[in-house]
Amino acid sequence: MATRKSSTSAAPSRTTLLIATRKGLWTLNGDASRRSWKLTGPHFLGHIVHHAIADPRDSRTLLAAARTGHLGPTIFRSTDRGRTWKEAAQPPAFEPGSGRTVDHSFWLTPGHATEPGVWYAGTSPQGLFRSADGGATWVGVKGFNEHPQRKAWCGGDQDGTPDGPKLHSILVDPRDARHLYIGMSSGGVFESTDSGADWAPLNKGVKALFLPEPDPPFGHDPHCVRLHPRDPNRLYQQNHCGIYRIDRPAERWTDIGAAMPKSVGPIGFPMVLHPRDPDTLWVFPMDGSDVWPRISPAGKPAVYRSVNGGKTWQRQATGLPKAQAWWTVKRQAMTADRAPTVGVYFGTTSGEIWGSRDEGRSWKCLTQHLPHVYAIECA
Amino acid sequence: MRSSAHSPAGETLDAAARGLTVRIPSLLHSYTAGARTVRLPAHATLDEALHDLDARFPGLRFRVVDEQGAIRPHIKMFVDGALARRLDTLVHNAAELMIVGALSGG
Repeated sequence: MATRKSSTSAAPSRTTLLIATRKGLWTLNGDASRRSWKLTGPHFLGHIVHHAIADPRDSRTLLAAARTGHLGPTIFRSTDRGRTWKEAAQPPAFEPGSGRTVDHSFWLTPGHATEPGVWYAGTSPQGLFRSADGGATWVGVKGFNEHPQRKAWCGGDQDGTPDGPKLHSILVDPRDARHLYIGMSSGGVFESTDSGADWAPLNKGVKALFLPEPDPPFGHDPHCVRLHPRDPNRLYQQNHCGIYRIDRPAERWTDIGAAMPKSVGPIGFPMVLHPRDPDTLWVFPMDGSDVWPRISPAGKPAVYRSVNGGKTWQRQATGLPKAQAWWTVKRQAMTADRAPTVGVYFGTTSGEIWGSRDEGRSWKCLTQHLPHVYAIECA
Repeated sequence: MRSSAHSPAGETLDAAARGLTVRIPSLLHSYTAGARTVRLPAHATLDEALHDLDARFPGLRFRVVDEQGAIRPHIKMFVDGALARRLDTLVHNAAELMIVGALSGG
């Protein structure tokens, strides 16, 4: 088991961003005013780190999902806020004889507040795994991985997004530890009310323009799904084909992307919710026209915010490059802090971290020259 | 000079006595505390040798062999210089296992 010491420890009293990149993990530590930031790292240099996230239940545990170009996928754990790391004794892996292999762990979600030590991991290809010991050992959630409809929902392991189909957006209802949602690219959004023993699709009203059926029950491509912690009946999703909202127990998603400017469109990867106001959210549009360039539309990056649940959207680009900026933001690479005036942050495919201290009204580049950013999270 | 005698199975006593030298690539030095070579007792197959290596350096095997028992795509293993593609490759007469990180993307 590989144990590593790190110089990238995070002071608990500061705003800290965990930055997972294609070449390792960095942390960006802000002062109390969030005006001054200090970059530390790298850790796991050369590792492809798809996600790194802190456990909000204990304020000291960090998990990072990593692999390298040569070596298989694993999970690294720290129980001292990043001072030292230890590899999981049993990383996520499909059952021997299943014929399936985990290419990489893509998404990590801490479990319910009443279940300390429980974590979930989503993999590429689509697999759901659970740890009951703080990420040291992982076992497959059989109710999903061995569900008789799983292959119909997901397609083959070779199908899906260019760098592999993914299970992501694992959401735990704060009112009920047994109530889970997942997103899959491809596959769609699915819900379980029995701790993952069984699953049902939740995709009505969502477009899937790449499929022949006009309103298929599954097979969709949600890029990022979020559940509001203060109003867990409300979910949003940034989808391959638009932006949607649902208020459970409704079964049909409402298209809220149609209100986006036509010149920008409703396509993107990430989505961030205000920590307290269920009506406020941010998206980062990308160019999904013709051959899907997957860059900022017209080379003019901008965040769009809605303060009314997606009825209307406002462009927020003050401080961002005005032209010839051809980067975009991946689905895990945008986050928000919990300050009274919320800070919003995103990392780019060109290795920049941008932040706003005023809920997106103005932006400042916090650091640059990092590798391709896959994920950022507030720790 | 050491003498050499053949067992009924054709294995030399020399081979069993000297065991297997495993050459560890830099990719895996975090597991072996920097050791570039590891000496193992003789094993029948590559699979057995890798299980032994994993017992000494927990977690190493899964980084180079997937859960279905296949050597990972960008890992190569050479047994006395011959490329081994399967874990049931015999190593009982071998002197050296070389694990290599092959070419893999940018």
